[in-house]
Amino acid sequence: MGVDAVRLYAVVAAGGFRRYATYRTATAAGVFTNTVFGFIMAYTYVALWDERPQLGGYDMPQALTYVWLGQALLMTCAMMGGGFEDELIERIRTGDVAVDLYRPVDLQLWWLAGDLGRAAFHLLGRGIVPMLLGSLAFDLALPASPGVWLAFLVSVALGVVVSFAIRYLVALSAFWLLDGAGVSQMTALAGMFFSGMLLPLTLFPGVLGDVARVLPWSSLLQVPADVLLGKSTGWGLVEAYAFQGGWALTLLLVGRLVQSVATRRVVVQGG
Amino acid sequence: MAETAGAVEVTEAAGPPEVVFVERSRLVEGVRAYGLIATMWLRSTMAYRASFAMTAFGNFAVTAFDFVAILLMFQHVDALGGYTLAEIALLYGASGTAFGLADLVMGSMDRLGRRVRDGTLDTLLVRPVPVLAQVAADRFALRRMGRITQGALVLGYALVTLDIGWTPLKVAMIPLMLLSGAAIFAAVFVAGAAFQFVAQDASEVQNSFTYGGNTLLQYPPSIFSKDLVRGVTFVVPLAFVNWLPALYVLGRDYPLGLPDWVAFLPPVVAGLCWLLAGLAWRSGLRAYRSTGS
Amino acid sequence: MNAETRTDTGTDIRTDNGKGTGTGFIELDNVEKVFDVRRKTGFMRSERRQVRAVDSISFRVARGEMVGYIGPNGAGKSTTIKMLTGILTPSGGRLRVAGIDPSRERTRLAHRIGVVFGQRTTLWWDLPLRDSYRLMHRMYRIPDARFRENLDRCVELLDLGELLDVPVRQLSLGQRMRGDIAAALLHDPEVLYLDEPTIGLDVVSKAKVRGFLRDLNAERGTTVLLTTHDLTDIEQLCKRVMVIDHGRLMYDGALAGLHEVGESERMLVVDLERQLPPIRLESAPSVRTVKVEGPRQWLAFPASESAAPLVARIAADYPLADLSVREPDIEAVIAKMYASADGMEIGDGGARVQ
Repeated sequence: MGVDAVRLYAVVAAGGFRRYATYRTATAAGVFTNTVFGFIMAYTYVALWDERPQLGGYDMPQALTYVWLGQALLMTCAMMGGGFEDELIERIRTGDVAVDLYRPVDLQLWWLAGDLGRAAFHLLGRGIVPMLLGSLAFDLALPASPGVWLAFLVSVALGVVVSFAIRYLVALSAFWLLDGAGVSQMTALAGMFFSGMLLPLTLFPGVLGDVARVLPWSSLLQVPADVLLGKSTGWGLVEAYAFQGGWALTLLLVGRLVQSVATRRVVVQGG
Repeated sequence: MAETAGAVEVTEAAGPPEVVFVERSRLVEGVRAYGLIATMWLRSTMAYRASFAMTAFGNFAVTAFDFVAILLMFQHVDALGGYTLAEIALLYGASGTAFGLADLVMGSMDRLGRRVRDGTLDTLLVRPVPVLAQVAADRFALRRMGRITQGALVLGYALVTLDIGWTPLKVAMIPLMLLSGAAIFAAVFVAGAAFQFVAQDASEVQNSFTYGGNTLLQYPPSIFSKDLVRGVTFVVPLAFVNWLPALYVLGRDYPLGLPDWVAFLPPVVAGLCWLLAGLAWRSGLRAYRSTGS
Repeated sequence: MNAETRTDTGTDIRTDNGKGTGTGFIELDNVEKVFDVRRKTGFMRSERRQVRAVDSISFRVARGEMVGYIGPNGAGKSTTIKMLTGILTPSGGRLRVAGIDPSRERTRLAHRIGVVFGQRTTLWWDLPLRDSYRLMHRMYRIPDARFRENLDRCVELLDLGELLDVPVRQLSLGQRMRGDIAAALLHDPEVLYLDEPTIGLDVVSKAKVRGFLRDLNAERGTTVLLTTHDLTDIEQLCKRVMVIDHGRLMYDGALAGLHEVGESERMLVVDLERQLPPIRLESAPSVRTVKVEGPRQWLAFPASESAAPLVARIAADYPLADLSVREPDIEAVIAKMYASADGMEIGDGGARVQ
């Protein structure tokens, strides 16, 4: 990829960031909601860890950090979906996507760049304030070392790419189903449950837990949370990155494959 | 129904139109208009049957996962905040069903901000029926039955499992709780929509009180801080949806030391909420009509 | 190719420009609408200022009149319509429609008015057209016989017969507009407001819509107030036109008078069979050839003159392949109106409101 291409995708990413930054009231409203949900969940976790300290390998401050981290990353990693895929589904439905396919940019990278910009805004705009408010109201286990925070940010970035790759596949399904609502909703459900948003995956029993921990969605919250909480260090960190990176690469490649099949369809149908 | 409201309409074959306008109760007019518009939406959704089935199941499943999370918690503990699984299931089922009912009837109110932004609210204002009814009936969707079904199933499970010393009052309390609870949630939907007249992008704030409130009420009040419990009892009176009446049925004490009889207040609280929400709606609509935005 | 059709609306009602004389069906006396606008001046800072969207407008419209209400975007047209329909409350002045104060008795007024928003359909997207009409029937409590009669009429005159069972989403823009107009008329409104009724429509649909409105006004005496960007709408439908700009009523009178005031020109676009030097017509000194591009030439002529004799003369002297008449747009007319000297005489019963 040449310098020009890098510059192009940087511009697209900046556009994605700005696009969400313009809605200030919506951002403030979202922060309010994240905070309310954070409080509700934090109290349920307090009740749970009161009964069983060290549940799932976390102590109380770690469990509470997990709650607020979930609220901070809910939008960043788009766990319930929402973002570019609604627009892409609409373009596929209306046939406008045929125009996109003839543009001299890579369709997948184009949308990925925009989504990374969106995620960056959501991390700053919707992630920091709830986290701060949570740390004022509860005793959280936030790391002091900047190195851990850096490692965490890398993990979040990988999580965003995995999330993107999943949603890209969801959007492409519109080539065959036309109405993307059903598939979107199903993936949103899976995202909520298997990311660990409702409950840390370490609390899932038996086979359910084993399966949940190797599904791609765990990259969205469980893995970054464990990095921040210092559960993944040294080789553990490398493993975590390899897990996330592996899923990101696999899903992106599957996305490209499906895209090429879909493109052939479009060409055959004549747009 | 409303046609028999004592109105004699003059029918003329031709000539200049006679004014056929008879004052009717706004409530009756609103309910009738709601029915008409909701029927149109039902017919519209039938155009996409497959999508309907999928999303109805989705609505069922999304709420079911909430309960699955609670079940997973009880894999590790026998009680949460001093409440057993069956007791929490009662709270969960009551809140879920009441919220589901309100969501079915008024759930579209959170689209008001969008209607203000894109100007389609104006098309509702030139119709001879109350705007509130038109906004509420907008996109009426039976798929929201999925949420009610799930809540009712959990409620049923709780009622079968729990060993309650039933009295006539306790039996009467169950439907009273569901209906009043639905009315309280519905009032919150209306108040939230009224707020969107002021802040069109703030539909998420409403979610905090509706979806957030529902999540809060699924857990026993004993696990939350006193201040939070005070807030949802006296400020945004969500506690009357299920906490107070359900704790009465369970024969448990309410955390703030409130007397027993408050368990019978939900209908009164619901009426009060509707009054306030109605006033908020009126002033919101008035603000819209004076600013046009 | 019938550029000179300057049609009569067919009604006998005289335009009543006089302020305060007689009782109008629509009455506005010094109606104002002031908005508070907050403008961002920096991060987290904003500045409040007042905008007069409608600034002391007065006019009367008699029952059965058909009036064009025109002006540039943001001039205050839709704000006025929104006050007339009761959507917006005026900040000052007196406003009556059929004796009703719209903002106080909005729902009562709704039974007596019909509104068509050009770009916002009120029809049900996924349902057959017929279902939208059934809803109107019930919602407005239209007596059965009257409903059937009105629907039949609209179906016949707007050519909706084959469309009644088609889902609205499958209709073309023109078909949908016709459907919307019918929906606004089923309850026999005494006044019909149309906001850009021909925007985006093809020539055939435009003609159909205009013809229908003309008949409606002539036969039923329905008062019609329409905003438009298309001067042809006004030419073919309205004897009277009101121009609004910056919230003020700039002109109220006949269309011909507006052309005189604005000294506007229409454009005849002539396609010759081959490239020729600019057309010169000795007998028509008011015609100027303003542009030549290959075989195509643009000729400007005063909007108040008919195009027919001009076309005949060109056809006699030059090898014509095709031609079309372009109307001056509202903005151009209004811009010229400003440019013309203040206090000039206004012909044709027009009144320039200052």
